[in-house]
Amino acid sequence: MFQLLNTILIGITSGAIYSLMAIALVLVWRSTRVVNFAQAGQALLSTYIGFEVIQRFDSYWIALIVAIVAGAAVGALIDVLFMRFLFSRNTQGPIAGVAPIIATLGLLGLIRGGIGIFLGNTEASIRPPVSNVGFTISGHTLAFSPLKFLIVGAVIFLMLALSLIFQRTNIGLALRASAYAPEIARLAGVRVDGIRTLGWALAGAAGAAAGMLQTPNGDGGLSPDSLDFSLLLVFGFIAAVIGGLESLIGAVVGGLLLGLVLAFVLTYVSGSLVFIIAFMVLILVLLLRPSGLIGAKRGRRA
Amino acid sequence: MTLIVSDLCVDHGAIRAINRVSFRVEQGQLAAVIGANGAGKTTLLRSLSGLGHAASGHATWHDHNLLHAKPEKLVRYGVSHVCEGKSVIPELTVEENLNLGALWRKDAKEAKATRENILETFPRLGERLSQLADTLSGGERQMLAIGRALMSKPQLLLLDEPSLGLAPLVIAQIFQNIRELTDEMGLTVVLVEQNAMSALEIADIGIVLNLGRVAATNSAQQLIADPQVRAAYLGY
Amino acid sequence: MHRFQHSNFSRLLFFVLLGGLLFLAGNRVDELRVYQGATLAMYVVAISSLILLTGYSGQVSLGHGALMAIGGYSAALTRNYLSLPIWLCFVIAILTAAIAGAVLGTAAARLSGPYLAGTTLALAVGLPSIANQFGFLGGEQGLLFDVGMPPASFGSDFSPYKWYFWIAASSALIAIWWLQNILRSRFGRIWRAVRDNEVAAQLAGIHVGKAKTLAFTVSSGLAGLAGALLAMTIATVSPSAFPLTLSFALLTGAVLSGVTTLPGVMIGAVTLVATPEIADSISRRFASSENVTMNLPGLLVSTLLVLVVLLVPNGPVEQWRSVRARKSAHAAH
Repeated sequence: MFQLLNTILIGITSGAIYSLMAIALVLVWRSTRVVNFAQAGQALLSTYIGFEVIQRFDSYWIALIVAIVAGAAVGALIDVLFMRFLFSRNTQGPIAGVAPIIATLGLLGLIRGGIGIFLGNTEASIRPPVSNVGFTISGHTLAFSPLKFLIVGAVIFLMLALSLIFQRTNIGLALRASAYAPEIARLAGVRVDGIRTLGWALAGAAGAAAGMLQTPNGDGGLSPDSLDFSLLLVFGFIAAVIGGLESLIGAVVGGLLLGLVLAFVLTYVSGSLVFIIAFMVLILVLLLRPSGLIGAKRGRRA
Repeated sequence: MTLIVSDLCVDHGAIRAINRVSFRVEQGQLAAVIGANGAGKTTLLRSLSGLGHAASGHATWHDHNLLHAKPEKLVRYGVSHVCEGKSVIPELTVEENLNLGALWRKDAKEAKATRENILETFPRLGERLSQLADTLSGGERQMLAIGRALMSKPQLLLLDEPSLGLAPLVIAQIFQNIRELTDEMGLTVVLVEQNAMSALEIADIGIVLNLGRVAATNSAQQLIADPQVRAAYLGY
Repeated sequence: MHRFQHSNFSRLLFFVLLGGLLFLAGNRVDELRVYQGATLAMYVVAISSLILLTGYSGQVSLGHGALMAIGGYSAALTRNYLSLPIWLCFVIAILTAAIAGAVLGTAAARLSGPYLAGTTLALAVGLPSIANQFGFLGGEQGLLFDVGMPPASFGSDFSPYKWYFWIAASSALIAIWWLQNILRSRFGRIWRAVRDNEVAAQLAGIHVGKAKTLAFTVSSGLAGLAGALLAMTIATVSPSAFPLTLSFALLTGAVLSGVTTLPGVMIGAVTLVATPEIADSISRRFASSENVTMNLPGLLVSTLLVLVVLLVPNGPVEQWRSVRARKSAHAAH
């Protein structure tokens, strides 16, 4: 009974982090029609910035905020410096369709290599800001600690903030309109270039938050070739695909679903199967429901 | 304020879709651009609103060069374009679709007044403000598309086939709306239409396009009376 | 070279001659160069498999490193557990990777760009780490892969590295020759038709899904061969031999070669072989720290990838060709 409860709690916590990453991917996909594989690098860079802030000011909270702001700045910069240039050249030929994808992958390598050169491959680490020892209820230890509470709380807070921006503000309306129908948005006077950069900035912020929350939740380790961040990217992508790649709510649901499935595999089957199962989930969703589990009605062009 | 198009050429890949087209539309006039499928009507309109790229020629509205400008900039100069096929965003509500057109306007109060006016012209939209545009009928969508364009406080309105896929009764309603709006708001309108007769009936002047060239241009009444135009484009 | 491509026979002759030249060259240079020659041949196979996929069938794979891992591990497993002759291990490596590719390709054929890219990337991230978790795959240390000594009849001064080079170079020559043939065949035309316009190809009666799956299968088989060759040159297979950066490097090689120009494959392969050396000489020149030494090769490869995609997306060769074509067209006026 407690094992079941703990599994669910673990699933929700890691799922919440996948959701953030999925949101980051969805935001860029909606604004630019590119799956931004550099997101893992952006999140890593932001988390390193957070780590530096912790070294100086000894406060995880300041670091979290600084990392999120830095993540937004990095995202916006990538769009302005690279993506605009790439799209303005309007390439033709067989590679035109895949060039943006390859470019983001190159950026991922660039960021990781850059961090390695300037900061070294030795593992940095971020200690949990609050205890990661589970709460105890009648002698049983729950897999839900103050840290996990913080993580889930932060994710919920960020999602509420995002949905307020998207649903209630003029900027949000412009963001949605540009995502659904860029041409109509332009005719209505929306400056889509700027709005696209804003989408990249929000995505960068979400990715940074995912990195800053994931690191202390795991072993705290941080390194340029971190497998954790590559896996965060992959799981975020799978979560986004489950949600249909278009929808922010879909990304959240996808992240939670994936988190739960993987937590059950981890607890009841075997830790060594986690990745294989995640990959099979991806293939199954793509084969059976290519427009996502909840994106069926709104499934749009890929 | 006058719309002046002179020697406009637009290429579609290797094909010259618009070939040395020239015409003038004076302020407050409603110009109907008619012609067969593939005559270049939509291409013409897109190059005037910044969506398409002209190869050569000139097009000016007031003091503004319409060619090689971004659509989001032209909107700020008072040029609004309603694309072919009910250009609304189905994922947004009716209210959001309308507000979208006024996002760039600084004065929120004024924008609200514009919205009141539009809802008076199209009361059906007012009843459906909170519905998704996806749930509207074809005619309502067209009203919404025009309403969205009007929210940008245009002086020059470019309409692409508003009658496409609509029932005759609805078409009559929409065309009547277009004429009324032109007169009440002092708009200058370029109306591209396949439905030549209905368009000429409400228009002040008519421009007949054929294979990318201007085949005839005259006042709307005279075009309707012209036997050649009647035979070729009006179907009797 | 064009004169040699008139018929299958003359092309075969060309490749045999090229092979003879290579082997003569192999006897005249030092061990390090011979070793690099083997690596070069491995990259030629790996990059051409990507070129086939992206340039000739319009699909993208960010995870060819994973398919190489499948090839390398199958070769090592069959060699270690079944003690099969080396050529058979290579054949099995090709077949296993091709089967994996067929499965993946069946799914891939229905996926458009971003989904396929994400799926293959997931594979590249996850597959090597799986090897850590199963005992018979040797964990982090991996497995030894020993292709054995060269036949005694080759003489006693025939070093193992030279033997590697012989195997790798002849594999590469055979692979490229075969690839040239298949690209000139019906399949090649079908793939190009699919790449240029899927809808049009479908209307012309081409089964688009099948064509894409076949391209993916063939490409994966070649990647499997490259994986076995890589395993041979480093004498082991381990998760760290097939890192994510390997997939990046292959992509860089393919883009640099110009994804539609198979003959350009040498540009990419030479670059990939030269990069670590250039990086090494840079970091030694400036007496840099360990950080620089470790990360510079990867950084160079990524920088190159970004620059090429931004500046000459169709590859330098294609760019040069089109500039030249424009100039001559200009001159004709």
